[in-house]
Amino acid sequence: MILHTTHNSTNNEPQQDSAIFLKDVSVHYRLPSETIKTFKEYMIRLVKREIERRSFSALKNINLDVKKGEILGIIGRNGAGKSTLMKVISKVLIPSEGRVWINGQISPLLQLGAGFHPELTGRENIYLNATLLGHSHNQIEQKLNNIIEFAEIGDFIEAPLRTYSSGMRARLGFSVATAWKPDILLLDEVLSVGDVAFREKCVDRMSYFRDQGSTVLIVSHSIESVQETCQNTIWLDKGEIVGSGETVHVCDAYQKEMQRKKSKIDGKLF
Amino acid sequence: MTTIYDSAKRKHPAIEELIALWRYRDLIYQLVRRDIVARYKRSILGVAWTMLNPLGTMLIMVIVFSKVFNRPDNYAGYVLSGIICWSTFSQSTNMSMRSMVWGSRLLNQIYVPKTSFVLSTVLAGMVNFVLSLVPLFLIFAFSGVQLRPSALLLPIQMIFLFSFSLGVALLVSTLAVFFPDVADLYPVLLTAWMYLTPIIMPLEFYQEILDGLLLYINPFYYIVNLFRILMLDGFVPHLQTWIATGVSSFGILIIGWIFFTLKADDFAYNT
Ligand SMILES: Nc1ncnc2c1ncn2[C@@H]1O[C@H](COP(=O)(O)OP(=O)(O)OP(=O)(O)O)[C@@H](O)[C@H]1O
Ligand SMILES: [Mg+2]
Repeated sequence: MILHTTHNSTNNEPQQDSAIFLKDVSVHYRLPSETIKTFKEYMIRLVKREIERRSFSALKNINLDVKKGEILGIIGRNGAGKSTLMKVISKVLIPSEGRVWINGQISPLLQLGAGFHPELTGRENIYLNATLLGHSHNQIEQKLNNIIEFAEIGDFIEAPLRTYSSGMRARLGFSVATAWKPDILLLDEVLSVGDVAFREKCVDRMSYFRDQGSTVLIVSHSIESVQETCQNTIWLDKGEIVGSGETVHVCDAYQKEMQRKKSKIDGKLF
Repeated sequence: MTTIYDSAKRKHPAIEELIALWRYRDLIYQLVRRDIVARYKRSILGVAWTMLNPLGTMLIMVIVFSKVFNRPDNYAGYVLSGIICWSTFSQSTNMSMRSMVWGSRLLNQIYVPKTSFVLSTVLAGMVNFVLSLVPLFLIFAFSGVQLRPSALLLPIQMIFLFSFSLGVALLVSTLAVFFPDVADLYPVLLTAWMYLTPIIMPLEFYQEILDGLLLYINPFYYIVNLFRILMLDGFVPHLQTWIATGVSSFGILIIGWIFFTLKADDFAYNT
């Protein structure tokens, strides 16, 4: 399935207007059955020379060139490698092979409640989370009211985080991650938890960022919300980019393929 | 200001980490603060506890060992110095390991310099070290020990203690990320190590074993020995003593730093 290939970059070097540039990026995870759990076991195996490494490729030769100010959607089935791609871009994971080039400050929202502590209050968690994102104490103080206001969690701001619903946690996380205009914003499945009103606020904020020149990457299983927010989309399957280009076309092709798979299974069932 | 990250142009991981830490110095400050505040907020007795705990241990040791050994001069001061140095080292390495295991879950979702958790824990340990000097001075006053000008050199000894603790903390934390059982093995090792070091038993006891070999191969002996010379004996030691202590503690730090940073790229692959 080859569509427009704007994102299957053929360039060897990042361009003037690139924000994210990936060249032949692969990620090989060690297979879970091969991970040795204890130090004792490791030493025994080391002596017996029984340590073998089998691996699983979650990303295979990914080439990607995302321009500044682009809002890019990423779709694909479970286990396709979407989160792995986000980790590589956010520097959490150093790729096994290939080159990752990023121009600008990244604000990642890879998982709900990453960097939150359940026993600390919402307010204390804002400090903790923002510090982990690399902001200074002064910067946080300046934005504190802004963050609390945007999250709309009211008096719960003084309550420990474990008393929050998952939607409230998402609000707080989004609110902290987007309090400062990032050059690059990464969102992995975080918008799906909020209610409609909040989602609209998020979309507003993201379009504002785009107008200010930020780049946004959105991973989502909700085709609608991708169509709503993203101009371009890439489709990942088994660690490879199988489609990329304008959102309508890619989503169309993706949905057709899903339909085809489904009817195949339905055929087997009945 | 543009920040460009290029995985193809990374410097050696050990250098890269130093640069990253400098950028995230505010994070380190916050983590240290959190460690200390969390410790003392729990109870008003928090501060007192840091001071009373080594005093209690010292008291027991003095009573027990005065029956067993010929008690040397200033035995109370001797034991307390040992305990303060040792507990700073053992607590900060042990806690580093635990905070690294906590942090490694975070490192799966967010980028921060990976040494942050270990570094901040060891720094917080040094703050506790300074606090626990207060009871030491009390005991000195009671037993008539006079501080001499050599005590002004204490900050250098603290740099050695810090370097050595950080080096060991980095080594054990790396292992603990990959092998959870290390967190259980290490305290056992620490206990054995403590008895092999002149912390509570008099120095003579160790000097008699294998001509003092146990002392010379034990880097922690150099550190605690330097502390006692400066604070208790009150003279400035020979150059050899400085060099031996400096080389062993900086050596461990460099080894630990390189080992940690070389393995750190794999942390996120290991879940
Ligand atoms: N730490 C790991 N060790 C081994 N394999 C892993 C690890 N993390 C992910 N994988 C594997 O890599 C593949 C891609 O995972 P990834 O999390 O990127 O998928 P995804 O596209 O985000 O899926 P989902 O839609 O379910 O979130 C999966 O097959 C997964 O089993
Ligand atoms: Mg995912």
